[in-house]
Amino acid sequence: MQFMLLFSRQGKLRLQKWYVPLSDKEKKKITRELVQTVLARKPKMCSFLEWRDLKIVYKRYASLYFCCAIEDQDNELITLEIIHRYVELLDKYFGSVCELDIIFNFEKAYFILDEFLLGGEAQETSKKNVLKAIEQADLLQEVRHMCFLKICRISVLTQ
Amino acid sequence: HLPSLRVQVLIRTIRTARTQAEEREMIQKECAAIRSSFREEDNTYRCRNVAKLLYMHMLGYPAHFGQLECLKLIASQKFTDKRIGYLGAMLLLDERQDVHLLMTNCIKNDLNHSTQYVQGLSLCTLGCMGSSEMCRDLAGEVEKLLKTSNSYLRKKAALCAVHVIRKVPELMEMFLPATKNLLSEKNHGVLHTSVVLLTEMCERSPDMLSHFRKLVPQLVRILKNLIMSGYSPEHDVSGISDPFLQVRILRLLRILGKGDDDSSEAMNDILAQVATNTETSKNVGNAILYETVLTIMDIKSESGLRVLAINILGRFLLNNDKNIRYVALTSLLKTVQTDHNAVQRHRSTIVDCLKDLDVSIKRRAMELSFALVNGNNIRGMMKELLYFLDSCDPDFKADCASGIFLAAEKYAPSKRWHIDTVMRVLTTAGSYVRDDSVPNLIQLITNSVEMHAYTVQRLYKALLDDISQQPLVQVASWCIGEYGDLLVSGQCEEEEPIQVSEDEVLDVLEGLLVSNLSTPVTRAYSLTAIMKLSTRFSSVNRIKKVVSIYGSSIDVELQQRAVEYNALFKKYDHMRPALLERMPIMEKTATNGPTDIAQTNGETDSTILDTKHLPSITQPARRCNYHICFCLAGIPPMTAYNKNGLKIEFTFERSNPSPNIAVITIHATNSTEADMTEFVFQAAVPKTFQLQLLSPSSNVVPALNQGSVTQVIRVLNPQKQQLRMRIKLTYTHKGSPVQDLAEVNNFPPQSWQ
Repeated sequence: MQFMLLFSRQGKLRLQKWYVPLSDKEKKKITRELVQTVLARKPKMCSFLEWRDLKIVYKRYASLYFCCAIEDQDNELITLEIIHRYVELLDKYFGSVCELDIIFNFEKAYFILDEFLLGGEAQETSKKNVLKAIEQADLLQEVRHMCFLKICRISVLTQ
Repeated sequence: HLPSLRVQVLIRTIRTARTQAEEREMIQKECAAIRSSFREEDNTYRCRNVAKLLYMHMLGYPAHFGQLECLKLIASQKFTDKRIGYLGAMLLLDERQDVHLLMTNCIKNDLNHSTQYVQGLSLCTLGCMGSSEMCRDLAGEVEKLLKTSNSYLRKKAALCAVHVIRKVPELMEMFLPATKNLLSEKNHGVLHTSVVLLTEMCERSPDMLSHFRKLVPQLVRILKNLIMSGYSPEHDVSGISDPFLQVRILRLLRILGKGDDDSSEAMNDILAQVATNTETSKNVGNAILYETVLTIMDIKSESGLRVLAINILGRFLLNNDKNIRYVALTSLLKTVQTDHNAVQRHRSTIVDCLKDLDVSIKRRAMELSFALVNGNNIRGMMKELLYFLDSCDPDFKADCASGIFLAAEKYAPSKRWHIDTVMRVLTTAGSYVRDDSVPNLIQLITNSVEMHAYTVQRLYKALLDDISQQPLVQVASWCIGEYGDLLVSGQCEEEEPIQVSEDEVLDVLEGLLVSNLSTPVTRAYSLTAIMKLSTRFSSVNRIKKVVSIYGSSIDVELQQRAVEYNALFKKYDHMRPALLERMPIMEKTATNGPTDIAQTNGETDSTILDTKHLPSITQPARRCNYHICFCLAGIPPMTAYNKNGLKIEFTFERSNPSPNIAVITIHATNSTEADMTEFVFQAAVPKTFQLQLLSPSSNVVPALNQGSVTQVIRVLNPQKQQLRMRIKLTYTHKGSPVQDLAEVNNFPPQSWQ
């Protein structure tokens, strides 16, 4: 996967994860063009389109579009499953997720994505394991100093 | 100082802005506050401020002043700080900026942190955006973590290694030892990322590929377990166990089995098993089937397996889910060359997809349809394709029309069918036809001698209906100009001949000249057509009148033609019949012609319809051309020298674009019985002129006027003085050298005025 974008029906960007090095200017240009292209698609059209030399896989969940750019050898159908898995993770974490959750807790959306994908590939295929890792990491935020962790570590890891 | 807003409060505030200007004002205010907080080195609120900055960055506002702050957060000991710091680094920094290198040391430390979640953050950041330098520096740490027994870290290290290899391919070797036991892991996360790592290594290095072929049995086993094992709640997706892992294994097997008999055989059974047992009711099952099909087609599978794969694709075509239909068509396009017969069996389903509502599906169905056209199905297929042409989006029409022309040319069962098909395309999609189709169609029509009467009649009738489609109008004009005599004499055999008079035909052609719908190119075609009819029709006076009117046309092209045609009437009337006679059959130039079309690689979408493959027509005989050239230039030729059997004629070309340059071509002929060899022509002009002599065509003037030597002279005459020239001729004749000098003073005034 080269990048993933989340945007609303009005074209407002809610999350952008880039796995290829591009300048800010290039990212803005790509985002603008792609958002326009995807928003122009009609409901009856399929979830895939060719754009520049990439394959774009997109799916709409309520008011949010999840849009991924994959390479030629990547499997479009499994990419739809990747998108779906990410939505499930968000849903489980936020409890019936909606766009507002992602707006107000955008950093959490990123953290969850970064526990699921790394460098554009899935690092964990178990839903449970991703959520557990996020839970543990969230707990760490509560702890004042990480030196406490040396004592707590055993219990944290075996939970 | 003002208390720092909490992130969520800021977000809420910004969202209340009713205009872009209001939002910008709020953002600027908050950025100013953040900037001063950064300047004061406020540790407490740095994390919160960077988070706010990241939100504003997502809205499109600049946040570069937060880059260094991200680095400070990464260096902090608080986990919250690190989390936001690394996120900020991934969003705000990029490897093209030197500042990112400052992260390297922090990442190195964090890769060795006592808390695995911190190690995770640094692995993730490195694996997402690490530059080549960073990767070089930290590859050793990643390699170490690839060998850890902590599966949480091991899986991340594997993907981080993938990134390192992509950035610095030479480092691939150092990860080889660590891959040894990767596939023995039980943890699915590690398995999945390991397979990704192995795939990357095999794709990059043939040596690695050979090395890892021995893993095929193990991969097959893992896949088998996934399929055969009972329900595993942790990895289940709609009844399928870890589809992500299954797909990646299938992809790795594809790479390992390609071109290798033993490996392909070792995976044959499992592929057949997956192909037959996978549940197809949901997308996830079809995703696995899709990958399986791709693998079967790429490795050395037995024919039964290949047919199975194509049949899966055939079933995909009937699936209600348009996404499935889409991937089926894409895959079939890739395999249509190698497994042509198998794909042919699904032709009717493919043709049905032409009626699909989705544009991408329609396009693929169209390309696949063209790939499947052959001598046996041409009539049926063409019916469908013509119907498609009628109703498809304008975006498709050009490609579809070109495809139809190519297919028709290759497989037309009869000339009549061919002309009819061409007519149908021109009348239904005439404005979308590519410009280069016009000369190709003209050639086709010219060469279908027995169909001339039929063709011109049909084209004439089409013009009566509609003159808006330029390619149609151009072909029709040309045709009427050539075969107008057949039209008025009612010689059509194929259908009921129409009754039309010369005046009616000329009305139509003149109508094209004046119509707003006609492009300049079309007007040129119709004027020439009218001119040609002067030798085929009896109403020459009418034609003369038209031609003379256009002699003062604003359109330079038309004006030039009209002037030349006028000259033809006035001064060269005796040449007119010869010049305007029927075009001979045209030869095709040798190109990668339509014979290559069926062999093109289906993967490249537009190759089939690549206009470079369209044959171009040659010009009719060259001699004809220069005759038209010299007389239409309006400057008559002259004899410059005529002595002892050697005759030298000068012909003049229009001195476009520079009016001060006269371009003269000498033609030397020899009426004696012996060749004149070592022939050299030299010329000198007065000082006010400049002369350039180009290379001669040869230095042998053949005996008995059997040929000529030609040579081009360019004379620059800026002062427009009367042209004079001294020429010197040397040659060998019957063994003796001959030399002569002569003055040439009889240049026609038009050549230098």
